Amino acid sequence: MKLPYFPGCTLKQTAKNFEKSAMASARRIGIELVELPRWNCCGAVSSLTSDDIMHHVAPIRDLVRVQQMNDDGILNNEYRLVVLCSMCFNVLKRSNMLVTKDAETLNKINEFMDTEPDYEGTVEVKHFLEILRDEIGFDKIKEKIKKPLHGLKVSPYYGCTLLRPREIGIDDPEAPTIMDDFIKSLEATPVDNPYKSLCCGSYHTVGNAEVVAHRTYKIIEGARRNGADVIITSCPLCAFNLDNRQELTKKLHPDFEYMPILYFTQLMALAFGEEKEAGFDENFVNPVPLLEEKKLLKKVVSRGE
Amino acid sequence: MTEVIHIEKKNVKFLQKVVELSGEEVTMCEQCGICTTSCPMAEEMDVSPAGIMRAVQIGDESVVESKAIWFCASCFTCTVRCPRGIDLAKVTEALRQLTLRKNVDHIDLDEVKKESLPAIALVSALRKFTG
Repeated sequence: MKLPYFPGCTLKQTAKNFEKSAMASARRIGIELVELPRWNCCGAVSSLTSDDIMHHVAPIRDLVRVQQMNDDGILNNEYRLVVLCSMCFNVLKRSNMLVTKDAETLNKINEFMDTEPDYEGTVEVKHFLEILRDEIGFDKIKEKIKKPLHGLKVSPYYGCTLLRPREIGIDDPEAPTIMDDFIKSLEATPVDNPYKSLCCGSYHTVGNAEVVAHRTYKIIEGARRNGADVIITSCPLCAFNLDNRQELTKKLHPDFEYMPILYFTQLMALAFGEEKEAGFDENFVNPVPLLEEKKLLKKVVSRGE
Repeated sequence: MTEVIHIEKKNVKFLQKVVELSGEEVTMCEQCGICTTSCPMAEEMDVSPAGIMRAVQIGDESVVESKAIWFCASCFTCTVRCPRGIDLAKVTEALRQLTLRKNVDHIDLDEVKKESLPAIALVSALRKFTG
C-alpha cells in the first residue's frame, strides 16, 4: 500500500527517530510512506478565531500536494494523507474539515492561492495509528512481529491533539484505547495512567519551562505509580516536554525519577527487529539500559569488561 | 454578599466583540464549573476558566489583562466536557487576539532563554504569543 505522507518540521529536526522508526515499521507491514513533494509547515496550532482564514492557507496548500501526486501519477487514486505528528495531524484535519463544510471559505482560500491548483476537498487526513488500527489491524501486526515485547510495561500518553476536539480525535476523548491496543499488539503490557491525556503544557516550554516541568512530574509519576517502565507518545512536542524537561523536573521535584519516553513507532521498530532504525540514541533519557535489562536489546559488552 | 452589576453599552459591546471573534455563544454558559475542574492550567490562573466566561458575559473588559487567558494552552479538555457545548478554547483565543492584534506580543524572544528547542515548540509559541 503506497500512501502519501506529511512529515512536518520537527520530524526533520529533533524527532528524526520518530520518522526513521515509522518508515522501517511501515515497510514491515507492507506500507510505503511517500513524502509529499514541496510540503510546508502546517503552522503547528490551529487558527481558532472566526475571521482568521489566512492561517488555514498553509495546511490547505499541503492537501493540494496530495491531489498533485495523484495528478502526476505518483499515486493511484489515493487521497488518504498519513501524518505521524499529532499536532500536524490536528491542524491538517481541522483545516480540511473547515473547508469541506464551508464552501465560501474554501473559495476564498482557493482564490488567494492563485498560483496553485484549487483544493477540491478530496483528501482524508489520517493519523498513522488510525492506519494501523483500521487498515492493517492490530491482529495482523501481532502476527508479523519478530520480537514480542514480553515483560515491558508501557504507559500510553495520548496528550491533547490526538483526541481533542471530539470531531478531530481518533478515539473517545475521555476513554481512549487505541494506544493500549497498539501496545498489546506488540505483546507488551499496557499500563494505565490517570494523566494519560492531561496537557503537558505544550508551547509553554518556550519561556515558561517550569509550568511544563510540573506537568511532566505529574504525568510521569502517574505512570510510575501504576508500574510503568516506559511511556509512549505520538507528539514531538509532548516528547520534548516529557523527555528533555525531566532534567528541570528533577531540579523542581527532588524525589522524581527519570523514565524513558519513546515514540510509539520506536517500540514498533523494536518489535519488528528493526532496532537499528529505532534511533534510541536520539532520546534524551537513554532507554537502552531498560531495554537491555528486559532482554529486548542485546547488551553490548566492550573489550576489557 | 450581594453585588449589583451594572451592564452598560460598552460592556455589551465587549461581549459582542468576543462572541463574534470566537464564534461562540458565551451567554449560554451556566457557570457549572466543569471547565475549571478539568483545566490542567487552572492552578496557574488568576481567573478560573468559568470566571473568564462570567467576565465576558457581563462585559468585564479587565479579563483581557488577566494572566489566565495566556495560560490556556488550547488543550480542549473543557471544550469536550462543556455541557452547553461551548468551545472555551476559542473564547480565550479571541481574548488573546484582542491584545495581539494591537501588535503587542506576549513574549519577548530576546528574553526567551537561549536553548535548543524543537521547531514545533517555537512555531506554536510564536503563533500563540505574537501578533
